[in-house]
Amino acid sequence: MQPLRPETVPRSWEHFPHQADIGVRGIGATKETAFERAAQALTAVITDPESVAPTQSVPIVCEAPDDELLLVDWLNALVYEMATRKMLFSRFNVHFNDHSLHATAWGEPIEVARHQPAVEVKGATYTELSVKQDERGRWVVQCVVDV
Amino acid sequence: MDLNQLKRPHEDLEFIEEQGCMAGAKPDCVSDYAKKRQQDEMGTLGSGNHYLEAQQVVQLFDTAAASVFGFRGGDLVVSIHCGSRGLGHQIGTEFLKSMAISAARYHIELPDRELASAPINSEVGQAYLGAMRAGINCALANRQIVTHLVRLVFADFLPQATLSLLYDVSHNTCKVEEHVIDGMPTRLFVHRKGATRAFGPAHPDIPPSLRSVGQPVLIGGTMGTASYVLVGMKESMSLAFGSACHGAGRSMSQHQALKQWHGRDVVKEVATRGILIRSPSLRRVAEAAPGAYKDVSEVVDAADEANLARKVARLEPLVCVKG
Repeated sequence: MQPLRPETVPRSWEHFPHQADIGVRGIGATKETAFERAAQALTAVITDPESVAPTQSVPIVCEAPDDELLLVDWLNALVYEMATRKMLFSRFNVHFNDHSLHATAWGEPIEVARHQPAVEVKGATYTELSVKQDERGRWVVQCVVDV
Repeated sequence: MDLNQLKRPHEDLEFIEEQGCMAGAKPDCVSDYAKKRQQDEMGTLGSGNHYLEAQQVVQLFDTAAASVFGFRGGDLVVSIHCGSRGLGHQIGTEFLKSMAISAARYHIELPDRELASAPINSEVGQAYLGAMRAGINCALANRQIVTHLVRLVFADFLPQATLSLLYDVSHNTCKVEEHVIDGMPTRLFVHRKGATRAFGPAHPDIPPSLRSVGQPVLIGGTMGTASYVLVGMKESMSLAFGSACHGAGRSMSQHQALKQWHGRDVVKEVATRGILIRSPSLRRVAEAAPGAYKDVSEVVDAADEANLARKVARLEPLVCVKG
């Protein structure tokens, strides 16, 4: 059996360019996984997620009338927790219940010298906002974040 | 240092837009989340294109205006570029959601949710107006705190120096102003995003001591190039509702800049030109590399040629501090 070439292994999260800001995209077999990976993409805007130790947990609850607004709420909740707790997050566990999202985010206090944050995310926006399944049935969720 | 000895803050008010306090602010319309997000950020610059620079006046284009503004060739200037920080971001986040959800109630069809809006006289419209004005005040207060901290540093190292405020101009605002439309004075809500006011001579909103020449317009460049002081022109009132650009603008995203430059290399390169950079993160330096921005001199020349603002002085950085 031939090993998969690196470019054929699907990335679980991605960034896409958008003028002076940056797009974050999560891809997964379930909507929950895609939301978790979008959160990893958010962290990756700031620093390498692998450099963030998942030692402390923070619960997050969001409510919104549809999936797209819920994605933005989810990412903005993480931005808020990062700003007020002065933490970075690298692991996430998301569950949906009707129009609400219940999650746990794991991370650690930010250490500027070690994490070398590139930017401070101001917030997730509704630009290029999308939550849908692609032709292969994978959930692809994305939006642009303001940096 | 006895803070009561520092009298400058009272003298500054005349040279701050809105005399340092935007009317119509409603702090009660700002959520507790926003206030909590802000509480540890007062007195900080933030990241992105925000900075504090010590600059030297290297060229004068309008010596008369420079004299009125109070500086000469060779003078040291400290430029502070920062805003309302987390409070402003949180206000934007929360009201964007409120208006996106309430749009249908006001029979507003949104072709794109990012265009979320509400009638100005609706409950959410009035709440946003009050909160946004509170955000402007937070930014004015934040820059006053940073100014005060700069004065403390100078008092320690250069006690013979006098730091007087040239002007504090806001950007990313919505203000109620009177402009002439089809010959009629008309009350307008003027949104300026990436732009600032640039009122021409004799405008009553300009401090009396500056009114003869016009409002100072500050266009910041990059850590490795230059910034400019300009003055608002009368023509700008009819051309652009008395506005000018706020900066050069990026020529590429932060993401692309991080791929193209390493922070350490940027620090070394500008150091060869005598510019000292201080930043807690080298990645932050890379995303603000001079090459990631448009040519500020070309942008300023365009603003001058378009009669939006006239060049007064070119400032070149000596020390750049990133948040």
